[in-house]
Amino acid sequence: MYIGEWIDVGPLSAIPMRGARTVPVAGGEEVALFRTGDNQVFALVNRCPHKHGPLSQGIVHGHAVSCPLHNWRISLATGEALGEDKGCTPTIPVKVDGGRVLLCRSSTLKAAA
Amino acid sequence: MDFQGQVAADDGTEDGGGDSRPHLIVVGNGMAGCRAVEELLARDANRYRVTIFGAEPHVNYNRIMLSPVLAGEKTFDQIVINDRAWYADNGIELVASDPVIAVDRDARTVTARSGRTARYDKLLIATGSDPFIIPVPGKDLRGVISFRDMKDVDTMLAAAAQGGEAVVIGGGLLGLEAAHGLSLRGMKVTVIHLMPTLMERQLDEAAGWLLKSELEARGQTILTGADTAEIVGEGRVEGVRLKDGRLIPASLVVMAVGIRPSVALAREAGLAVGRGIHVDDHMVTSDANVLAVGECVEHDGQVYGLVAPLWDMCRALADGLVGKPSGYRGSVTSTKLKVSGIDVFSAGDFGGGGESEDIVLRDASRGVYKRVVVRDDKIVGAVLYGDTADGNWYFDLLKKGEDISSVRDFLIFGQAFAQGGGQADPKAAVAALSDDAEVCGCNGVSKGKVVATIEGGACTLDAVRASCKASASCGSCTGLVEQLLELTLGDEYGGERSVKTLCKCTSFGHADVRREIVAQGMKSIPEVMQRMSWSTPDGCSSCRPALNYYLLCALPGEYVDDQQSRFVNERMHANIQKDGTYSVVPRMWGGITNPRELRAIADVVEKYNAPMVKVTGGQRLDIFGIKKEDLPAVWADLNAAGMVSGHAYGKSLRTVKTCVGSEWCRFGTQDSTGLGVQLERMSWGSWMPHKFKIAVSGCPRNCAEATIKDFGVVCVDSGYELHVGGNGGIKVRATDLLCKVTTEQQAMDYCAAFIQLYREEAHYLERTAPWIERVGLAYIQERIVEDEVGREALTGRFLYSQNFSQDDPWAARAAGSEREQHAHLGEFRPIEAIAAE
Repeated sequence: MYIGEWIDVGPLSAIPMRGARTVPVAGGEEVALFRTGDNQVFALVNRCPHKHGPLSQGIVHGHAVSCPLHNWRISLATGEALGEDKGCTPTIPVKVDGGRVLLCRSSTLKAAA
Repeated sequence: MDFQGQVAADDGTEDGGGDSRPHLIVVGNGMAGCRAVEELLARDANRYRVTIFGAEPHVNYNRIMLSPVLAGEKTFDQIVINDRAWYADNGIELVASDPVIAVDRDARTVTARSGRTARYDKLLIATGSDPFIIPVPGKDLRGVISFRDMKDVDTMLAAAAQGGEAVVIGGGLLGLEAAHGLSLRGMKVTVIHLMPTLMERQLDEAAGWLLKSELEARGQTILTGADTAEIVGEGRVEGVRLKDGRLIPASLVVMAVGIRPSVALAREAGLAVGRGIHVDDHMVTSDANVLAVGECVEHDGQVYGLVAPLWDMCRALADGLVGKPSGYRGSVTSTKLKVSGIDVFSAGDFGGGGESEDIVLRDASRGVYKRVVVRDDKIVGAVLYGDTADGNWYFDLLKKGEDISSVRDFLIFGQAFAQGGGQADPKAAVAALSDDAEVCGCNGVSKGKVVATIEGGACTLDAVRASCKASASCGSCTGLVEQLLELTLGDEYGGERSVKTLCKCTSFGHADVRREIVAQGMKSIPEVMQRMSWSTPDGCSSCRPALNYYLLCALPGEYVDDQQSRFVNERMHANIQKDGTYSVVPRMWGGITNPRELRAIADVVEKYNAPMVKVTGGQRLDIFGIKKEDLPAVWADLNAAGMVSGHAYGKSLRTVKTCVGSEWCRFGTQDSTGLGVQLERMSWGSWMPHKFKIAVSGCPRNCAEATIKDFGVVCVDSGYELHVGGNGGIKVRATDLLCKVTTEQQAMDYCAAFIQLYREEAHYLERTAPWIERVGLAYIQERIVEDEVGREALTGRFLYSQNFSQDDPWAARAAGSEREQHAHLGEFRPIEAIAAE
């Protein structure tokens, strides 16, 4: 395992296009990693601000995900609920390097704590 | 010789059969010739007897819409401008498939290829243009064509049906539209372009690059700066060799390097001809009795290859013909590329240099590029890529030569921003357009005409399209027309449509989308979004599942299900619960179970610590609280006891509820459990517009509650009553009696036919109850009961599609397929956690 400020959590190719995968955080909340149709990657805590639905199981469209429980639309870039709904899910800095997905260590610990 | 009712004069030349009006003969049945006649008729319908000669076998069609026909977005019938009734209604004689080959100006006669001659008083030459064929070896090989008429499109479609590789020579407007169409039709397309920039006459380098990147991302190969040396092949084209030696294999070569005014006829008739046929401001040639219009003419040193100037020319021509000359003053042209999903607009002079200044806006993330060229405080040119909404505004300012110094700072942000002082109001932009600003370029409809049409009673988009044709062709001005509806009707306009749209990503309704998927043979979600101009890059959580279902239904065994367009339950084959765990319902055929199944369920409950087991309303057992990681193992255990997925999560057959029937019940009239099991075995696994429930009751006491199911059977002594469209949900609806049948097999066949009709025609997420209320029970009875052949066909299609849907999804998952759906991507173990181990 890579040890440093960026932590390698797996290959980009393992996240389906317009889909998501999860990463459990030791001692914290699960993180959801989304890959959009234009091949960008976003990381959010896997929890809808509404009723805590697992966002990773929602339908990904554009740069948003629709929560599987009550169809709230959450912006992947900001974590904010879109449309009429109000609420926010913490986002986590993520980057892709050499086909690997890297999560920011300190942000992940802070957001998922 | 076919005189078509005309009387031959003594010299063999037709006369008017007693019609004493002056005879106008039009050479060319294309857009220019027919538009000229339309303009003439609008001014004075009876002044001339009109005969039109055309080389093609067709009525007048919209040539610029051949690209959408090639791309499969339109049919030929949809691009016809004037059908046969138009010719008949206006007393116009159409001589099709018989081009005029000679003009005798002294005798005032024309001679067609068939030998037919006719005398004219006024002659209008509207021969258009010919494709330019570059003089390279191999240009005459079979499989080398141009892109000019319907015959070329038919040739391309036939070639595309064989698949393989195509080369398009010429990266201009026409070439790129041809390449786009062939690519959509499944051919591997290479575009060869001599210049370094695509569409260099319309686009600058930056926009050309954006366009090239986009086309390459769509799978086309674009070779710029590439010069064709020869076309190779033995009798038939096999490839194109470039001057640098590269050989590009191809079974079809489309030459789209340009067009030349078609002037041969005029030249042989001795008319003055330069690059085109010389005409004055009234479209009169060097012979006062001979006029010419369209792409074949040269006016004031200019020749035009676009459609817009044609409308201006035809107006001037018609004014002259009825003795009220107005005069044509030349046209400034603008261009839009008809490649769906790519917005390109250009107008005027954008070469830059000299005294001109550029105002540029780029938005890389949106792929937007805008450039307005200004000279002496006037717009002289504009290039827009990615966002062309303000194209018409810039074009209008350009044509009018308006001073833009007061809005210069805001100019690039568009009309609404510039004129609203920074407060964007899209309607203000449209309101500010002048009445003669062109709204619909395809059909030459001005803003004034659209507004007049709306004021004349066309109060919806659909009515405007039907009345004045604005936005009825390629649809790119639909937004403008809707804004004009809003402006003209004010509060009375609420965006009413005769169709309800599928979601906010499209202007089409469910029925439109279903019809077009089948009609155009569309095969994937991106293809549907592409061809039907979706407004979002990859849809939304409403349209994606709907499209996935419609494609699955239309292409059984062929369409590959898109898991990312499935709701979570259908992706996980279990029901998500409020805490993110899942519930699992194994199938129990007809509600019958046995000790082995019950033991397996009990074992699963204990092994995975399921907090609850519940008997469902559909006579099944539901195991709650299973984690997504444990689902495959749970399914493996249930599979081992012979149980498969109960689809309690799907837009699909849920359960067949039964009572015990004649086997046990003292009132039972038929074997309701047996029939229930058979129905469930037949229909399980099928995907449908929404969930679907069946019940079979053994007698009219109806213990299985069959009369609130989507399909219910009530057994009676003499047979089986079949009920449809019941619902026990939010709005309780009792079933309608479909019909009564006498055998179990009939009950099965009718059930299959009913399900298939529902599958093929209901909107996604529409239960049978609202569907039947929408289409009417009589329609269902007509299709299922009265039309025996149709019913058998429906049953056949259902059973065929079931060949591909009755694989237990649990078994596949338990065996390891889509393992990633049930596993984490990786682990996140921060240093502290590792150090602590």
